[in-house]
Amino acid sequence: MKIRYLSVVAASLLVAACSSGPQEGADTSGAGKGAASSVTAPVPGSPEHFLANAKDRVFFAFDRSDLDESAVKTLMGQAAWLKTYPNTKITVEGHADERGTREYNLGLGERRANAVKTFLQAQGVAAARITTISYGKERPAVMGSNEYAWSQNRRSVTVVQK
Amino acid sequence: MSVLVNALSRGRGGLFALAAVVLALLAQPARAELRIDITRGNVDPIPIAIPAFGGDDDRAARVGADLAGVLQADLERSGLFRGIDSRAFIQSFASMQVQPRFPDWQAINAQALVQGRTATMPDGRLRVEFRLWDVFATQQMKAQAYVTEAGNWRRIAHIIADQVYERLTGESGYFDTRIVYIAESGSQVKRVKRLAIMDQDGANHRFLTDGSDLVLTPRFSPSTQEITYMSYYNGVPRVYLYNIDTGKRERLGDFPGMTFAPRFSPDGNRVIMSMARGGSSDIYTMDLRTLERRRLTNTPAIDTSPSYSPDSQYIVFNSDRGGNQQLYVMNADGSNVRRISHGEGLYATPVWSPRGDYIAFTKMAQGRFFIGVMKPDGSGERLLADGFLVEGPTWAPNGRVLMYFRQNPSDARGLGGDSYLYSIDLTGYNERRVVTPTEASDPAWSPLIP
Repeated sequence: MKIRYLSVVAASLLVAACSSGPQEGADTSGAGKGAASSVTAPVPGSPEHFLANAKDRVFFAFDRSDLDESAVKTLMGQAAWLKTYPNTKITVEGHADERGTREYNLGLGERRANAVKTFLQAQGVAAARITTISYGKERPAVMGSNEYAWSQNRRSVTVVQK
Repeated sequence: MSVLVNALSRGRGGLFALAAVVLALLAQPARAELRIDITRGNVDPIPIAIPAFGGDDDRAARVGADLAGVLQADLERSGLFRGIDSRAFIQSFASMQVQPRFPDWQAINAQALVQGRTATMPDGRLRVEFRLWDVFATQQMKAQAYVTEAGNWRRIAHIIADQVYERLTGESGYFDTRIVYIAESGSQVKRVKRLAIMDQDGANHRFLTDGSDLVLTPRFSPSTQEITYMSYYNGVPRVYLYNIDTGKRERLGDFPGMTFAPRFSPDGNRVIMSMARGGSSDIYTMDLRTLERRRLTNTPAIDTSPSYSPDSQYIVFNSDRGGNQQLYVMNADGSNVRRISHGEGLYATPVWSPRGDYIAFTKMAQGRFFIGVMKPDGSGERLLADGFLVEGPTWAPNGRVLMYFRQNPSDARGLGGDSYLYSIDLTGYNERRVVTPTEASDPAWSPLIP
């Protein structure tokens, strides 16, 4: 129980750390709402609720799209939430690090997003609820040309649609 | 003087008549003439004198001086020429009928001399004529006159640069061309990308999109009037066409998955590209007249970055079907696929030279990126440029110069990471930054403007 609690905290921290990332630009009207939801509990089934209860991203090895143990664990958590809220829809973003060519990385991002989609489908999430999009190396989450940044940027991010 | 109208051409921003007139040669060739061997690589640039083109009136004189400057800058950027400082000139030209006093030009060691003149026609149009002289052989090598709208003087300068280059190297030039590329700004995690176009020398720069949608990998049609590129318009990543004359954008076809990596066929009738779906990317062509779609590869691999051979018989592309990224060539109908890259590392973004003799590529090995070329059978690999990240070569229309982009590493605060365009000769010499108003990537070199 303690471990589970910690992992939720870690997920929240991860979300907080990424709040200056790509989602910031998309959510220009949510400033007041975001402030309110940090005081009161997020509405069950909302994107905020998903972020508070599941990890939104999994990481990949260089030029790979297979899911390791930690990715599987994250996706099981996502699947559980998605099955609890069957009216929600998600977009799975696939991303690559900067150490590849642009066009190939678009294909690689799609392959990663698809790996996540396939896994969630196998867990019972209907395919019609899942959209995939590849950003290739165009939308890194972490700045810097170093191993840590690259490991954080080779990722999929599951976004609950509003 | 014989007068022959041999070109009527469509130009940027509407129609304009460009009349090229062949001037009678004033002297006949007699002995070994000036010639530059551009296959050798590190050549000493030949000294060339380009006095301001004299003008019959103030406006013509101003244009004449500017025109000579643009012409000289073009030739100098090729690395094959060194313009001689005009303060060293002894003779000045009052008329095109005046013969050069060759000893005056020999004295300042000018190997070649461009003599030019501009005049305003009664209808307001501009007339430009030039003669190219071999100073030490005391012979005229080329003479031509052009009549055009006054606003087109820069284009005349580029056309004359192409004429001089062609006459002295035996290869066609590449100065009357444009570059389409992606203008970049903003931090690494919130990058703004805009489609932009400019003349090969950076003039007439224009942004074609406003940055609200992510845009990538533009490429010219053979007519240079259209661009195919990828856009995330409305959050749906697809291949688009952009008409430069009308500014009209349209999505290319109705594909069920992401389409990317587009490129025109050599006749301009088709676009070849990838579509990603279900974790695999395959290569498709789309006929622009019939909208007929054709699938050329069908594997679980990422097949992308397709590029036609100039005779349209073959397609080179990038695939990880063998386990990692390598280059493959197939027949235009998708048959007879064979791997051509066999060196150490990963290979990507193959582009067939307009001459057909080489394929340029991006290579990744030992944590670095390289721009290189190989013959279409995979032999003769040569690496021309390298860096933390160099990517995306594009050929000048004469197949002698490549352009690509170079991105520097960034630190954890996102500083650095800047990206700019560079050009380099096929010989591996003469690497130069291509000046752009903002950071830049994904260059595509146009064919010679028709």
